[in-house]
Amino acid sequence: MLIGVVAIQGAVSEHIDMLKRLEVEAIPVKTKEDINSVDGLILPGGESTTIGRLLHLYNIDTVIKKRAMEGMPIFGTCAGMILLSKHINSYDQPTLGLIDATIVRNAFGRQIDSMEVDLTIKGFDSPFHAIFIRAPVVKEVGEGVEVLSEIPQGIVFIRQGNVLASSFHPELGTDLRIHKYFLDMVKKFLKK
Amino acid sequence: MNEAYGTIKVKRGLAEMLKGGVIMDVTSVEQAKIAEEAGAVAVMALERIPADVRKEGGVARMVDPKIAEDIMNAVSIPVMAKVRIGHFAEAQVLEAIGVDFIDESEVLTPADEVHHINKWDFKVPFVCGARDLGEALRRISEGAAMIRTKGEPGTGNIVEAVRHMRIVMDEIRKIQNMSEEELFVEAKELRAPIELVREVKQLGRLPVVNFAAGGIVTPADASLMMQLGADGIFVGSGIFKSENPKRRAEAIVAATTYYDRPDIVAKVSENLGKEMKGIDIRDLVEKDKMQIRGD
Repeated sequence: MLIGVVAIQGAVSEHIDMLKRLEVEAIPVKTKEDINSVDGLILPGGESTTIGRLLHLYNIDTVIKKRAMEGMPIFGTCAGMILLSKHINSYDQPTLGLIDATIVRNAFGRQIDSMEVDLTIKGFDSPFHAIFIRAPVVKEVGEGVEVLSEIPQGIVFIRQGNVLASSFHPELGTDLRIHKYFLDMVKKFLKK
Repeated sequence: MNEAYGTIKVKRGLAEMLKGGVIMDVTSVEQAKIAEEAGAVAVMALERIPADVRKEGGVARMVDPKIAEDIMNAVSIPVMAKVRIGHFAEAQVLEAIGVDFIDESEVLTPADEVHHINKWDFKVPFVCGARDLGEALRRISEGAAMIRTKGEPGTGNIVEAVRHMRIVMDEIRKIQNMSEEELFVEAKELRAPIELVREVKQLGRLPVVNFAAGGIVTPADASLMMQLGADGIFVGSGIFKSENPKRRAEAIVAATTYYDRPDIVAKVSENLGKEMKGIDIRDLVEKDKMQIRGD
């Protein structure tokens, strides 16, 4: 199993380190060829405008969409969640549109409103310590989107088929459960 | 819900989200929009860019809060702003208006020649300049969540940024092979806390991200700094002192991501137009060097 972490910009090494701790091979990917070589893909946190612009400029977006259609699991955190969603409130920026959700960017406010908090996540038997940094939330989801966690500010963890997205950064913490959850999706995909 | 704000993780975390990106100096809403559209991961709001501070002289201070606020309202990416070294009241003002990151910067005229700001007192994260590992660790011990090379701001000359990045990387490599008793001596010589020196040995890198700043003008400059180990790039005067800021900004962004792909760096370097002229560092007299401010 080989996982790619989209390395246009952002918290790439943090995701790779988490996957290494789970004894899974992971590489930074930033070309079309790279993306065709992996079994699962992570879109990390960073600045969604920057990542989105370069994904489009270097035609990486079309390859990601093609691989997603084939069923390859994709996990987006923060900026990655924004880029995976169909709609963004009040911003005109290109996205991959792979998950039927409407995003509110910078939903918590500015950096001083960034925070850590314990979350209840569907299917987890104890709280998950989550780090939110200038984070988005999901305001609305379409049919077929499973809400895995929600706080008063909005929905923060969702899944639609082979696409998983969180507003927070599991890669900045020490809890491996969410990365494990994603790897289970990849294992199922590879069995097919 | 038990929310915790302004924690180390949240502060250092924002810096981590900026990795592999370009932070651009801007003096107006128009420039900030150009920077955002070109793919900047953040903008630095300033009254004057470093090249003009250098040319015009006088005391350089924090930006007018109104300019910072207008920029914050105009772009969706993080907005940074500079304060004078040691001027914690300027930092309080910027935190009060909600600036996302504060640069305690040698580009501005220092307000305190002995003390830096106690950055632990703030919820907003800080970035500080450093010329070597000791300086970087002293700033981290004061609460900095991000480090950048000082370089020699406003010169358009990369030589000092290269020097500072190489020194930091070299000192980190040296520490890797030290025994515990050698670490004590090293901490004393670096004038840095032993705990941080130990952490550097264990991590094999600084405990916070380390960007390159000071004199970056071309896409190849950005690629050079990334290959020397920078986590990302600050461009000060290089963009808006050039003939075609938008194209140059886009080119530096692409070269920062694809720093290890000379074919892409070559392509984006074509036809960028006239760049800022720049200054030979050897032509600067000691008192005009900004990098010696704050130690």
